[in-house]
Amino acid sequence: MPTEVVWMMKVVRGFYSVAHAVKLCRPNVICAYPITPQTEIVENIAEMYANGEFENCRYITAESEFAAASILVGASAAGARTFTATCSQGLILMSEVLFNAAGMRLPIVLVNTNRALSAPLSIWNDLQDSMALRDAGIIQLYVENNQEAHDAIPQAYKIAENRKVLLPFMVCMDGFKLTHAYEPVDLLDQSLVDNFLPPYKPEAYLTTKKPLAFGCYAPPHVYMEFRVAMQNAMERAKSVMRDVFREWAEVSGRNWGGHLEVVHPDAKFFVVSMGSIVGLLRKVVEELRKEGIDVGLIKLRTFRPFPAEDLRKELSSAEKIIVLDRSISLGYEGNLSIELKSALYGFSAEIISMVIGLGGRDIPKEFLKDLIKNAILGKEGSGFKGVKEFEEVIP
Amino acid sequence: MRYFGRGHGACPGCGLAIAVRNVLNALEGKCFVANSTGCLEIISSQYGKNAWGVPYIHSLFDNTAAVASGISEALKALRREDEGKVVVLAGDGATADIGLTLHGMFDRNHDVIYICLDNEAYQNTGHQQSGLTPLGEATTTTPAGKLQLGKMGRKKDMVAIALAHGSPYVATSSAVLPADIRRKVKKAASIEGAKYIQIHCPCVTGWGIEGKDVVKVGNLAIETALYPIVEFENGKLITARKIRDRKPVEEYLKLQRRFRHLFVDPRGREIIAEIQKIADHNAEKYGLDLKKD
Repeated sequence: MPTEVVWMMKVVRGFYSVAHAVKLCRPNVICAYPITPQTEIVENIAEMYANGEFENCRYITAESEFAAASILVGASAAGARTFTATCSQGLILMSEVLFNAAGMRLPIVLVNTNRALSAPLSIWNDLQDSMALRDAGIIQLYVENNQEAHDAIPQAYKIAENRKVLLPFMVCMDGFKLTHAYEPVDLLDQSLVDNFLPPYKPEAYLTTKKPLAFGCYAPPHVYMEFRVAMQNAMERAKSVMRDVFREWAEVSGRNWGGHLEVVHPDAKFFVVSMGSIVGLLRKVVEELRKEGIDVGLIKLRTFRPFPAEDLRKELSSAEKIIVLDRSISLGYEGNLSIELKSALYGFSAEIISMVIGLGGRDIPKEFLKDLIKNAILGKEGSGFKGVKEFEEVIP
Repeated sequence: MRYFGRGHGACPGCGLAIAVRNVLNALEGKCFVANSTGCLEIISSQYGKNAWGVPYIHSLFDNTAAVASGISEALKALRREDEGKVVVLAGDGATADIGLTLHGMFDRNHDVIYICLDNEAYQNTGHQQSGLTPLGEATTTTPAGKLQLGKMGRKKDMVAIALAHGSPYVATSSAVLPADIRRKVKKAASIEGAKYIQIHCPCVTGWGIEGKDVVKVGNLAIETALYPIVEFENGKLITARKIRDRKPVEEYLKLQRRFRHLFVDPRGREIIAEIQKIADHNAEKYGLDLKKD
């Protein structure tokens, strides 16, 4: 870690940590539609825009998330660096466009402030929204705190715009738990970001100087190759991301790890999760270790591309793995659990899949500690946790 | 043919191809085309057989106005506005039905020329009803049957919708009036903001006409006042193509398979009378009839 990096900590809300980082990345077109709990991100950006803090930039208030994403498709294809933020119903409304943007290989960066999906309506946090975009061809990075969210923005552009990648990038941060939280954040310096992130200069873009066609249709004899190319880009993104993560650690003095962060790598038991819950899990794991339980923690940062090799390496000698999901693939089980079981096929470790915290259901520390402890002791199995007794009313 | 043509797959006599060629020629190729899914996209943008000599993007069926808005804003941000005008080429279904983003484009008044290529149904997929399908037309989703005789309901008035949004330039034209298309596109290009031009494009297969009759049928749509050729600047009607000796609507309808049932089923008379009322209303609304002395 270079010693000359000086951190200037300021207490800001999660919203601002994103908005400020977006400004430093010098986007050309920003377009969004407000939705709780994303709203203050776009409000903060709007205020900066109104005060003339953006150069060579247009900020557009769209009539829907569908339109916002579509406007960015046009802008990105024309060679602009673009940004939007959304969540929940907004992300689902964008989804037709986002699948399309990925196929056209447009490096749009978006922040998703994770929120539950309706019905029933819930503005509160879980990860169901971004999980629904799993197969879109979009890179998904989950952050633990507002500093990581802040740092993720310039890295997202650098990764997405890399010619070996050229895919949309979604930074996922927990709604309310992070967006509304005040935390000390080292707000980046413009010159640091300028040195780290070069201007966006795409090789292929819409220009009358060299007319190209975007979004052609592909008959069966060529369609599959386009999809294979996207899969190859996702595979290449794994190493591009590692390089960018490493470079970021050098220039910022903050090392967030690779696709995973492993705490106590030699442990016998592991808890695997992602997002803001990791902050609480760090404490829980240390407390359990003090009680003599040999438990470690894996924070999954990159969900797409899925770092299966890294997980196999880190969990090769684990005896029991507890996966904490905050979303569920209805009709099967927790989404992260499904992915992890697939990655660890052939391993002998027992995998316990727990679904907690849906729709903002509170996850107190003692509850979490008991769950993990009992699972390790064989007294708690897979399933929903923290659910009240209730009578299911079948209409 | 420099801007559109090389190997496009339109049917012989297709109105779209004529309209598009004239739009691009009027702009001398200095334009960015955003195209919705539909006939035009299918005939021109197959991978490896791209027929476009101008920068072209096809994103989805329902978002073309927003994509064009994004291009327009990006050109402003990147200070590349001098490269050319942003043009939407969208079908009638993409415009009047599924293309909701049109309203945002009008509302924010992005600098875009929105051109609706109106062949009055989803023709690419085999002639299904759209919001711009006229009264009485038999389509595969509004067929002529025992209960109803084709589409029951009027053609959506997109011109009025564009005007209600305060669009600075709104016009209609027809593929059979190439000089009119070129003049209106040039005029639209000289005005800043979200412009709307709706071009009537006869469809050989969907309408059930022969390629050689495209011009005749297209002209009859104008001469019966079923397709008024009008032009508005800042909400004010500035030109309307006058009609000398307006023809009864039967003359237009009877040439096309899509209206044939109206002449077979006895109830067809009533619908033809309704269609005549629409033509009469158009003629009066826009003052289309040349006064006889």
